[in-house]
Amino acid sequence: MQIVEIDRLSYAYSGNLVLDNISFTIDEGDILGIIGPNGAGKTTLFSCMLGLLDDYTGTIKILGEDIKKKNSKVFKGIGYIPQKKIIEQNFPATVEEIVSLGITTTGKVSKEKITLALETAGLLVQKDRRVGELSGGQQQRVLIAKAMVNNPKLLILDEPVTGIDLEMQNKFYSLLKRLNQKNNITIIWASHDLDAVNRFATSVACINRSMFFHGKTYEFFENPDLLKAYSESSMQAHMHLHNHTHRG
Amino acid sequence: MILEVLEFGFIQRALIAGASVAITSSVIGLFLVLRRNSLFGDALSHAAFGGIAIGLATNIYPLWTGLTLSILGALGITKLRQSAKIPADATVAILLSSGLALGILLISLSGGFTLDLFSFLFGSIMLVSVEDTLAILAMTGVILSIIILLYRQLMYITFDEEQARVSGLPISKLNYLFIILASVAVIVSMRLVGILLVSSLLVIPNVTALLFNKGFKKTALISVSISIFSVVIGIAISYAANLAPAGTIVLVSTTVFLTVLAARYYSKKKQIVKKLEEARS
Repeated sequence: MQIVEIDRLSYAYSGNLVLDNISFTIDEGDILGIIGPNGAGKTTLFSCMLGLLDDYTGTIKILGEDIKKKNSKVFKGIGYIPQKKIIEQNFPATVEEIVSLGITTTGKVSKEKITLALETAGLLVQKDRRVGELSGGQQQRVLIAKAMVNNPKLLILDEPVTGIDLEMQNKFYSLLKRLNQKNNITIIWASHDLDAVNRFATSVACINRSMFFHGKTYEFFENPDLLKAYSESSMQAHMHLHNHTHRG
Repeated sequence: MILEVLEFGFIQRALIAGASVAITSSVIGLFLVLRRNSLFGDALSHAAFGGIAIGLATNIYPLWTGLTLSILGALGITKLRQSAKIPADATVAILLSSGLALGILLISLSGGFTLDLFSFLFGSIMLVSVEDTLAILAMTGVILSIIILLYRQLMYITFDEEQARVSGLPISKLNYLFIILASVAVIVSMRLVGILLVSSLLVIPNVTALLFNKGFKKTALISVSISIFSVVIGIAISYAANLAPAGTIVLVSTTVFLTVLAARYYSKKKQIVKKLEEARS
């Protein structure tokens, strides 16, 4: 079963084409690593998929439904972990309270669901701690647990481990792998870490405004020409960004 | 002596209405403070001032005109923030000064300040009637019921609006509903402390409660307790010492804030000294 079907997706911002004619599908149970240089359009692609941007052309179907229809059932089937950002230290909420936010219906929350999500993310001991007191890696696991309480079919993660130490990164990836294998959750994950993508993803999509590779992970990493092309495009994007920063 | 005072009908009404207002304003205020919108209450109350002046000038019940203008103003600035991308603090300044300007203009046209207008500006908790008390209780009941029902959704938007949107919550509808609730809370609070001091009831108990470093529910409960304590003690002191109730209530609230702040500072200092001593030994 195809969980995501994207067909000829294009998006322009202030006259600049950010995504150009992107098409791909993701099968149930896949872990798709999306790689691409800074400014390649990864976050924009996610914003379109999550319904945060809807003035794009082409179609995005998730769980068989066109995302533009804003079907709340579809959104409940998606868990989203944004780029790591610092949760305000003084925000008055415990880990358990944040995880309970994942249940978006009104009325009583299911304690069992919350406990299970906390257990899965390895946070049961910290459930009464304030979320702002936790380390970056632990905060990301809180967001995973929050996404898990709705039993999502699809997890979308946007560079979730940036700025987190290596040990916590590995724990985080192991958790993702466990969720994928035990709960059959399909995962789309944007990353700059080629090594992690090589180890954990089952397929790879490489974008730089347009799609220049989509296939199995080994097909990408065992092809020196593709790797070389990716490094060159990353370097160009880095130089471009560097020049802009210095001019600015 | 205390029991005798409590037998007075106006004191009973002041305490009941005051406690209701304390609960409503601290609950609504927690969301405002956490959204960095502490001055929103001030903007709403100043817009209400313009509305009240319209009511007094046209002989329409001023609280209704105040509420209407406050809600319209709040919805207007929310729309401005979303569509024209004007910064939040600037839109607050626009609503605040426009409401005040409208009020001043209408007052000058009608020949100056009246007693009624003074009671709206500075509060008149000792003068609340039985009807006022019932109206305040009813509005408190409605606001609290809605907040309890939607508490998790409102907390989610306060924690992270983007993630709440992605999870399928109707953000715009919830934001508009919250603005209407905040406007009603401000109108209710005006009876107690007046237009000029409304935001203190929304902000000070919550900022104090945040110093306790607790979770969301506990912070809300601490804030409500501080708010009720400030109102009850404020009314008692103002009656005993013949002081203005609104000012006394707010100063009691500020005193509680400063006391908690000092206690926290002292406790942190003690912890540092203890750690240093442990490190030395």
